[in-house]
Amino acid sequence: MTTGGMTTAPAAVPRPPGFAAQAARALKALPTLLRVGISEVVAYRAEFVVWILTTNMPLVMLALWHAVAADGPVGRFDQKGFTAYYLGVLAVRLLTTSWVVWQLSMEVRDGTLAAKLLRPIHPIVSLAADHVSAVPMRALVISPVVAILVAVAGDRLLRHDPVLVAVFGASLAGAWLLIFFTMVLMGSLAFFVDSALGIFELWLGVHAILSGYLVPLEVLPGWLRRAADVLPFRFMLAFPVDNLVGLMSRRQALLALGAQWGYVLLFAVLALRVWRAGLRRFAAFGG
Amino acid sequence: MSLLRRYAVLLRVQLTMSALTAMQYRADFLVRGLIATLWMGVTLVPILIVFGARQTVAGWSFPESLVVVGWFTLLHAVLEGAVSPSLTAVVEHVRRGTLDFVLLKPADAQFLVSTAKLEPWHVVDVAGALVIFAVAFSKLGRWPNLPAVGTGLALLVLAIVILYSIWILVISASFWVVKVDNLSYLFGSLFDAARWPISVFRGALRIVFTFVFPIALLTTYPALALLGRLDVRTAAAAFGGGLAFAALARWVWHRALGLYTSASS
Repeated sequence: MTTGGMTTAPAAVPRPPGFAAQAARALKALPTLLRVGISEVVAYRAEFVVWILTTNMPLVMLALWHAVAADGPVGRFDQKGFTAYYLGVLAVRLLTTSWVVWQLSMEVRDGTLAAKLLRPIHPIVSLAADHVSAVPMRALVISPVVAILVAVAGDRLLRHDPVLVAVFGASLAGAWLLIFFTMVLMGSLAFFVDSALGIFELWLGVHAILSGYLVPLEVLPGWLRRAADVLPFRFMLAFPVDNLVGLMSRRQALLALGAQWGYVLLFAVLALRVWRAGLRRFAAFGG
Repeated sequence: MSLLRRYAVLLRVQLTMSALTAMQYRADFLVRGLIATLWMGVTLVPILIVFGARQTVAGWSFPESLVVVGWFTLLHAVLEGAVSPSLTAVVEHVRRGTLDFVLLKPADAQFLVSTAKLEPWHVVDVAGALVIFAVAFSKLGRWPNLPAVGTGLALLVLAIVILYSIWILVISASFWVVKVDNLSYLFGSLFDAARWPISVFRGALRIVFTFVFPIALLTTYPALALLGRLDVRTAAAAFGGGLAFAALARWVWHRALGLYTSASS
């Protein structure tokens, strides 16, 4: 377009801020967002505790494998190994849980997302802040689990190797991001289809088997195990846990960390693309 | 008698309404059926893996455990298809204050809220359960006799009554603490443990799963009945306990209703 008579019109509409400006603004708002999140957790503490209690499957599976391993180990797992594994699963799972899908698909469907879009902060950033602010309380709740884990299998944890400890820290962050972005991706599907939650349930079913949540990946039959090795699910749970309870060598752990962060990048890009495309449709609703 | 007939008519109206609602979403029906089938597979994987490693676990062979899984699948269908959908809506009613409209109707409130919604696509689960039973008993090489099937079905009814009662207790809690929509998730996650025979659990978990959240009554006893291994005294005790539980739930519901203050007050 020529600039001729149009010079005044663009001046009336504020230009969308650039990426750097947006990031700076998000960073500035972060402390406030975290404070809001934490006070929300405290206000709804009963609900918070109920959510924690819903993650009881690892304990049930632990009881089961304990009964199975009573007369000898299964693969590399003896009774102590299973105890360490499932306590690790419980701790990692509780630290990395996300409820973005439910929140996002609900807000898209009932239109409350429109209000969030008006705020001067990216909705995905505020979702992330919401989740991060729950982490300290979650860490507090799982501390007894970690204490038991150390008491039971302290001699095996992370093979007492500083490299593996560092990898564990990075893999926890990676797992959190991977879960977060896959959930943003699934939640953004709600812009396009009515049954986004249905698709997510299918995803959850595969996740339960291939992430190591129900059974350690090592005891899966051959072809399932090969599938689990290459698919992203393993990097959300089994990888940090296997490393934590001393089942991985340095080489294995570093390779897995690379693959994990590769997946994080892939899903971050995918999620943001689908989100942006969906947002255009959402605006078209006029909602 | 006229009261009974009135409620029979009411039940038919409620069921027709929810069936009509469900029929509006035919594509959803398909997706949901697919999900149900997948979850059945997910349920079976750990069992296949465990029995790949061992012949028996805590005294149960593979086909015997499959019978437990069959009951689990069947009850899951009843729970998710007929019990949970209605009762989840109650929590929402309490939070929004729209329970007024239910309470104002000239019929029993517990009856109305309990029959409000059905999800008919869970018949897929029922079919799956029947297949699992068939596989289990053909692996065992013998089929349950008539008294065993009778006891099993009676225990199924009892199990449904217990599930329903626990649910009523859960939603009664929503009158005291309003934000409990996630209690249904807790309930579902605890119910998941019912796919295993009770003898797998030891210590504290055994006590919890026998008396507090009685998965023993829900799946293990019916399975034992079908296998012809349940003795009469245990069955009688189960019935006594179950009915007392249902009465308690009804009483708590009435107490909770008394606390309901609507949204405006």
